Amino acid sequence: MSLWEYANPVKFLSFSGKIVPWFAAGAALFIAVGLYWGYFLTPDDYKQGSTVKIIYLHVPAALIAINAWFMMLVASLIWLIRRHHVSALAARAAAPIGIVMTLITLITGALWGQPMWGTWWAWDPRLTSFLILFLFYLGYVALWAAIDNPDTAADLTSVLCMVGSIFAVMSRYAVLFWNQGLHQGASLSLDKEKNVADVFYQPLLMSITGFVLLFVALVLIGTRTEIRIRRASALLARERG
Amino acid sequence: MNALLLRDMRLAMRAGGGFGLSLAFFLIVVVLVPFGVGPEMGLLSKIAPGILWVGALLACLLSLDRIFALDFEDGTLDLLATAPLPLEAVVSVKSFAHWITTGLPLVLAAPVLGVLLGLQSDAFYWIVLSLLLGTPALSVIGTFGAALTVGLKRGGLLLSLLVLPLYVPTLIFGAELARRGIVGMDVGTPMSLLLGITFASIALLPFASAAVLKINLR
Repeated sequence: MSLWEYANPVKFLSFSGKIVPWFAAGAALFIAVGLYWGYFLTPDDYKQGSTVKIIYLHVPAALIAINAWFMMLVASLIWLIRRHHVSALAARAAAPIGIVMTLITLITGALWGQPMWGTWWAWDPRLTSFLILFLFYLGYVALWAAIDNPDTAADLTSVLCMVGSIFAVMSRYAVLFWNQGLHQGASLSLDKEKNVADVFYQPLLMSITGFVLLFVALVLIGTRTEIRIRRASALLARERG
Repeated sequence: MNALLLRDMRLAMRAGGGFGLSLAFFLIVVVLVPFGVGPEMGLLSKIAPGILWVGALLACLLSLDRIFALDFEDGTLDLLATAPLPLEAVVSVKSFAHWITTGLPLVLAAPVLGVLLGLQSDAFYWIVLSLLLGTPALSVIGTFGAALTVGLKRGGLLLSLLVLPLYVPTLIFGAELARRGIVGMDVGTPMSLLLGITFASIALLPFASAAVLKINLR
């Protein structure tokens, strides 16, 4: 069993069909437990009150939003180097999920920012980078949608993803330079000293695990759909031709 | 290469007025802003570097699809791709021609429009300098976007959506350079970062553009 075996769509479909329910069920379980635990069983923060609880949506969504792009980059490279068709489709499937996660992050952040910072939006580096990331996602999805030939589309979007990654990272540091931040530092890091308090930390981890499982499940489902769409169009083409 | 450069410049200046169009667009953007924010000169001169930069960027965007579209339609691009000149060089020459016919006039027009926005004469230097250093990056990045969308029927809107996010770092550093220069702050950091972006784009992006063009010509 290797990654390359699943370049064969039939094998990928049968394998992913088996694991999708597990990931989906795991996602539902972890998100339900994490959110319930986070919303009803943890105390309010002494400064932020109950608004702190938006962290259980905000942080996992932000994490997925960034890593979805990273996954697209890796999948694009695999497509460009090895012509792994399923990989290209997985990159395509991940983009809309990234858009939604970016939106969730921005909206929950705005909802939290209104009572806490007194404003829905500030041109803070983190907020601005997310907005720019959102624009990059939109461009990527639009390019996929605009091109008819699937292989050309996969090639072009892969190159766009690579170039876009470089510019996205540059933009990230450019906005850091451009404006001072209002946003707090990272909520989670391997360096335990800086983390949020344990009461919030454990349900947050549950929620993050749930979001990761959800992302994997959605990407797999999206990829399966893409494969089927491509099959259907191949059949149609054969019938016409 | 010289022949290609001259040809592209001639085409840009003669055919269909693409040359004056982006300049006129730049003028209109700059004229419209005071209607939007009010005629107060103090405010206008404060935001003038930003307006000029955004205006130049949009004007640059407007002429991007001309870089490859016509050559793609009449098959010149296929000939260029099979010519002994490497496609990377073709792409570089084309973005250079685009800069001469679009970027450079915008740089030269910026101080004139700066008058409308109440810029002081010592601010002109910084506006021109920052645009001069930044617009080549805009042309090169735009060429990449144009190469991506060359095969598409209605690529114009898509081109903007693809290219504008890529323009963000250039815009930030360029406008920051102009702003800092005008108020007399230290300009070393934004200037070196802007130059870094410009030179890195000129050096590296033609490879990406050529690769994309090859895919589109396949």
